[in-house]
Amino acid sequence: MMLPGLLKRIDRKFLPLIVTILMFVVAFAAASLKYKGFGTPQVFYNMLIDNSFIIISAVGVTFVLISGYVDLSMGAMIAFISMVSAALTEKLGWSPLTTIPFVLLLGMVMGAGMGYMVTYYKVPPFIATLAGMFLARGACFVISTEAININNPFYRSVALYQIPMPGHAFISINVVIMVVMVLLGIYLGHYTRFGRNVYAVGGNEQSALLMGLPVNRTKMLVYTFNGFCSAVAGVVYSFYMLSGYGLNANGFELDIISSVVIGGTLLTGGVGYVVGTVFGVLIQGIIQNIITFDGSLNSWWTRIVVGLLTLFFIVMQRALSSIKTSSPAVNETPPANRSAEST
Amino acid sequence: MLKVGVAWRKISANGIIYSTLALLALLAFNIFASPGFFNLEMKEGHLYGSLIDILRNGAPLMVLAVGMTLVIATGGIDLSVGPVIAISAAVATSMIGKNMGASNLPLPLVILGALAVASLCGFWNGILVSRIGIAPIVATLILYVAGRGIAQMITDGQIVRVFYDPYYFIGGGYLLIPFSLFVVAGVYLAAWLFTRRTAFGMFLESVGVNPNAARFSGISEKNIKLVAYTISGLCAGVAGILISSNLKSADGNNAGLWYELDAILSVALGGTPLTGGRFSLPGSFLGALIIQTLTTTIYSVGVPPQVVMLVKAIVVILVSLLQSNNFRQSIAARFPSRKGAAR
Repeated sequence: MMLPGLLKRIDRKFLPLIVTILMFVVAFAAASLKYKGFGTPQVFYNMLIDNSFIIISAVGVTFVLISGYVDLSMGAMIAFISMVSAALTEKLGWSPLTTIPFVLLLGMVMGAGMGYMVTYYKVPPFIATLAGMFLARGACFVISTEAININNPFYRSVALYQIPMPGHAFISINVVIMVVMVLLGIYLGHYTRFGRNVYAVGGNEQSALLMGLPVNRTKMLVYTFNGFCSAVAGVVYSFYMLSGYGLNANGFELDIISSVVIGGTLLTGGVGYVVGTVFGVLIQGIIQNIITFDGSLNSWWTRIVVGLLTLFFIVMQRALSSIKTSSPAVNETPPANRSAEST
Repeated sequence: MLKVGVAWRKISANGIIYSTLALLALLAFNIFASPGFFNLEMKEGHLYGSLIDILRNGAPLMVLAVGMTLVIATGGIDLSVGPVIAISAAVATSMIGKNMGASNLPLPLVILGALAVASLCGFWNGILVSRIGIAPIVATLILYVAGRGIAQMITDGQIVRVFYDPYYFIGGGYLLIPFSLFVVAGVYLAAWLFTRRTAFGMFLESVGVNPNAARFSGISEKNIKLVAYTISGLCAGVAGILISSNLKSADGNNAGLWYELDAILSVALGGTPLTGGRFSLPGSFLGALIIQTLTTTIYSVGVPPQVVMLVKAIVVILVSLLQSNNFRQSIAARFPSRKGAAR
């Protein structure tokens, strides 16, 4: 009778993750049966190509949410980084070899700045990152109110390069960058001291502090890493769009957060997986693809379905955590203490 | 010197002083930057001028700030007000229809309908927060994601234009001063009576300061939160009517875009701490006024209007730092002589 017990224990921790992956697989299989040409490798690869920058940014946000905090600046950061890249290469004639390291550093500095406000000045994370969002969007328009096209040969060749895949299909270099970032996220989250600190801070910041963990340093690192991810996403986005514009990636912040939630990350902190985030983004991608393939459905259904999915996952998380706390066998902190994040 | 220090401390502990100074500074800047800013003219029995414009364009935000203040006082946040504006606008305009100079349904019914739907949206948020126990950011995120989809579903994906003068009068008409200001005055009067002439305001603050203590002292924490979110929905409904009647149309994608952030910003500028507790309705009014004055100033100076975001970012950063005790202490520590004087 070991198996049911084991299954139960695994289930509780991984249930949102398993549901997400199952949902993706079922949705893809059902759509492949219903729509002609859906079940080809290229459709799947296109989903990766079109969502690579979202996945990269979502990896960073996963860490922020696991640590019990929030970031609203990703969409604006992506636009800002692609704008700066476009301006530097096109207007100032910088080489991509200097542009890309520069914008990555810029993203990290901005992430660290927001992290500093949150960590040391106790500014509510919502407000600090809101300021970051306004700052990044505003700065885009200071650089230029018009879109800047990128004609740099390096950017063009990266954007247009196709890596052949089995089954007469291809992926772009962006997908490779995305896979590297996801692997980096998994490594940082599960195989490093930093990752364990992030989970500890998100689980209960007070306990983490009392255990002698470097809470402040962890928070700073989380925001800096998130800034780095946003910057990489911005670089990938400039490969994808080959232009910079201040209104690009508008409103992606909350889409990214909802896909991280769909991927099984608990917004109260302490629980979440980078792998789940990838599937969370892909589920949004598959909904969009289904709507495109169907043709008779209107685009607003995407938003409604994503909203309902977010609700479903949040209610499921709630139900799971209340089972946890009501069961006397498992000693867990009550949610009231756990959500005392920003104070 | 000692007394001045103590007095300054008392004033500066109340965040509203910085907001008042900010507004005065903005107005002073306008004296030099745009001549004629303070001119008021009578034309066809209406008052005209930049100051009137600020009040008129700021009306939706001022109304929105009331609901947001109450929600933030409970320690929550409402991200969904922008989409609820779009929903309310969509309901109102579809009830009126596209007839020339006439309405399908009587105007009071139209207004009642739109407000009822908007209140229902707020009620839904309130249920998620108070009964299911979902964190406010997440609970309202659901409607934020789905809301614009719902608004587009109501209008069938079209931008609905209405040609009905009595409706236009609500947001665009004049009774010496813009009619929308009477609406704003009515909303503030009602909110003041409700929170300061009944015990509701005290209950709100007690829930925001310490929900557990409030519950133990017999206050129905859940119902207080439910009412606060419902009022926030109602306010978003009023704002939606003001916006759509002024534009004579409802656009599911763009009506009320960014308003949630401006509303939160107004409340923060008004000195209500985002962690909940003591709130100030006049402060939030002041906050909304500052944001609108800032926007109008930037328009009238001739800077690209998108740059307003950058200025907003700097304002948010300054205000949130000034409100942060840790920041004030670290500044005081840098200037030991001033600290000594204040003691």
